[in-house]
Amino acid sequence: MKKHFSLISQYAIGILFGWGLIISGMSNPQKILSFLDIAGSWDPSLLFVMGGAVLVGLAGYYLAGKRSEAFFGGALHIPTRRDISRPLVIGSFIFGAGWGIAGFCPGPALVALGTGHLKAIVFVIAMFAGMLICERFFTAHRKQA
Amino acid sequence: MQIDWLSFTPIPSLVGGMILGVAAALYVLLHGRILGISGIVSGLLHPQVGDWTWRLSLTLGLLSAPFFAALFFGILPIIEVDAGWAAVIIAGLLVGFGAQYGSGCTSGHGICGLSHLSPRSLVATLSFMTAGFLVVFIIRHLI
Repeated sequence: MKKHFSLISQYAIGILFGWGLIISGMSNPQKILSFLDIAGSWDPSLLFVMGGAVLVGLAGYYLAGKRSEAFFGGALHIPTRRDISRPLVIGSFIFGAGWGIAGFCPGPALVALGTGHLKAIVFVIAMFAGMLICERFFTAHRKQA
Repeated sequence: MQIDWLSFTPIPSLVGGMILGVAAALYVLLHGRILGISGIVSGLLHPQVGDWTWRLSLTLGLLSAPFFAALFFGILPIIEVDAGWAAVIIAGLLVGFGAQYGSGCTSGHGICGLSHLSPRSLVATLSFMTAGFLVVFIIRHLI
């Protein structure tokens, strides 16, 4: 029974996160690009999104740090690595380049896909292909959110 | 630098951001994991017993978000994509590859990582922001 509640909770948190993206305006690639265009007419809204998210997130992770187990069971899987590796920097740089081309990152692209937007569908398929290419040719590097 | 006051939405963006923070906080407290979208969905590519349904549930939640936003609040998300088809495909490939190689995306590094004061996530966030600024500058002002 607990397992079913856990899956419902996953679904509900997915919806909540999607709503956060929609309300904040981040589900619109054009708004992301207006933030990244610091030399043009700049829309600083994304800073407020990050600020609001991290403010609440800090409290959440502070509380999580005092617990040893998740509510639905199992240990907490919080990354503990602290080394600044080459893949971290290079990968993030490549990610940011793709983000700047279309204005989509994974969360907003999935929300946009949910509206049936054709370019979002194509973007998500390409994104999965990119993930597979990385795994296929750079398998030595293990994933750790 | 010139601020686009007409597009600037400080209040909805702050409120929406706080909702993202609540989702990330609930996720780590209830499920014990980082709410990193790229990491969660990339696991869908390799179905394993006990490690698939939860990823699918969260992904379906994201996909359903616009439907329920329309149903409950009458909000229809605006989605404007100026990039052409080829650019969308290249962008998707780079985002997927980069998130996998860099161990995270805007949600995992940008929101969750900064929330637990991870130095790796701070470096990752500064890296993808820098790349984003550069690419948009090149596309909009140089080409």
